[in-house]
Amino acid sequence: MTSIQTLRLPHLPQENPIFAACFVGVQNAAFLRQQLLQGNSEYEYAFLDATTILSVNHLLAAVFRAVNDMLYGRLKSRNVHSEIVYCLSPNNNIAESFRRFGITESTTALLAVKVGMASHPNITAESVVAHLNSAVQGQPVSFNNDELQSLTDLDKLRKFYKLEGPKPQPKRPARQIATNGAQDSLETSAESRLEMECTILGLMALRGS
Amino acid sequence: MAPYTPHTLPPPFTPFPSTSNASGEPPQPALLPASAPLPPPRLVTQGAESLLFRTAFLTLDTACALKYRPAKAYRHAALDRRLTKARLLAEARSLVKCRREGVRVPAVLGADWVAGWLAMEWIPGLTIRACLDHFLHQHHHDISSSSAPATADPNPEHSAALWGLMARVGRAVGRLHEIGVVHGDLTTSNLMIRPPPPATTIPAGLEPSDESGERISAATGARKTDEETIVAAEESEDDFDATALLQHGTVWLIDFGLAAQTPQDEDRAVDLYVLERAFGSTHPAAEELFQEVLRVYGESYKGAKTALRRLEDVRARGRKRSMIG
Ligand SMILES: Nc1ncnc2c1ncn2[C@@H]1O[C@H](COP(=O)(O)OP(=O)(O)OP(=O)(O)O)[C@@H](O)[C@H]1O
Ligand SMILES: [Mg+2]
Repeated sequence: MTSIQTLRLPHLPQENPIFAACFVGVQNAAFLRQQLLQGNSEYEYAFLDATTILSVNHLLAAVFRAVNDMLYGRLKSRNVHSEIVYCLSPNNNIAESFRRFGITESTTALLAVKVGMASHPNITAESVVAHLNSAVQGQPVSFNNDELQSLTDLDKLRKFYKLEGPKPQPKRPARQIATNGAQDSLETSAESRLEMECTILGLMALRGS
Repeated sequence: MAPYTPHTLPPPFTPFPSTSNASGEPPQPALLPASAPLPPPRLVTQGAESLLFRTAFLTLDTACALKYRPAKAYRHAALDRRLTKARLLAEARSLVKCRREGVRVPAVLGADWVAGWLAMEWIPGLTIRACLDHFLHQHHHDISSSSAPATADPNPEHSAALWGLMARVGRAVGRLHEIGVVHGDLTTSNLMIRPPPPATTIPAGLEPSDESGERISAATGARKTDEETIVAAEESEDDFDATALLQHGTVWLIDFGLAAQTPQDEDRAVDLYVLERAFGSTHPAAEELFQEVLRVYGESYKGAKTALRRLEDVRARGRKRSMIG
């Protein structure tokens, strides 16, 4: 059974809940991608390569911007779903953002995202689950930070967002280490992931500026 | 706290008219049961150019500082839009640059320069100004009853806390200048002290596990306790112990509205001068304490000594100005 998440973003209208479902071991990425290319209206999703998603908030930041731009008539791409893919990008190249963050023929970890609309009240968590279960050949997994932790390709993200690898802390005179205490460096890998998220969200927010 | 009317919030933070009504169609039934209503953003401060709100962003447990630059009716509309965009983006770019280079500033969570808002990570804690006010109030007798400088504070722990804070401020400003950013408005209200992550105050091996009361909140870059992550549970100044913050808090720089990335020694020196003046009005022993800021600053990056020499010129000019004016 597909586990679907219904996410309501603070400040976005009640009419626009976000449905998100994650799959691994996906076998039919080429088919799914083809449906997007053909504009098949049954397949109005943001189909993301889950290995390019760092965290739940990474996705939500893109969703917030895409829905906000939709509400105020500022979409740069075909619809709110393609805009979610584009909003993950740090630059204005739409085609490149699809290649990098969107589903490709070789995608095996898929994140499917759909935005509910007042004009389509029949789109519910149940209807989305039912459709995805029949459309996606793969194993459903939960969409949460723990699951993403095992899926994300950090090297790819570092490349896409032009981030440097973890920098060795510059050596400081012993006296200064003493004054600054143990709090001065954010070191563990969980923390470096969060630091990465902070930078990525900033770069996404600045896109197009 | 100043009251605010809904129009002081940008869209979508004001309730957005339902899509169905906007298009003139009959209202549609709600798709799913409405979730608990979000408390409206709380106005924290109202500056000349901007309003600062506290609210949730992306998830209910991600606290955010929302800075809104409303349109100025007295400015030509097109010019106003251009200025708003330029200032908002200057602030966002400086914050992003700082954060990616490891300088402690709020992370940028989102922005809309057309609507005029910038969503930043909320930094829990107190501004240095508020923290010193609370601290001096609590320990009034310790310091002002004697004319001796703070080093002679009868409570050595308190004096050590103040000196330690000065060192951390010097280091923070040094890091900022080292990466080529100048702040432009370095007052004690634009420096915050954040409670340290619990892990660093607890001896190794005794940390609570992630299941037992501590968890990591995305987009904040810090471990937080459960109480801290619930945005609906509001935060107030009284939640923080000023003395503990002085002793253990980390120093964060905020308010990059006037920051620049084309730094000259002059701009760096002016940053230090503004900070010196700001400290001078907050603490009786400020002059002596500020030497510690400058000492640590001077050792914190390669060009620091030149900036310090320039500070002497800036001070001299400041004295001359105040003699004339
Ligand atoms: N990220 C944050 N986290 C917590 N509190 C904040 C944050 N940003 C601002 N504040 C609080 O709000 C106050 C005002 O914010 P800020 O200094 O950015 O605005 P301002 O001085 O009005 O700005 P400007 O000078 O650009 O008009 C701060 O002194 C601080 O108390
Ligand atoms: Mg300020």
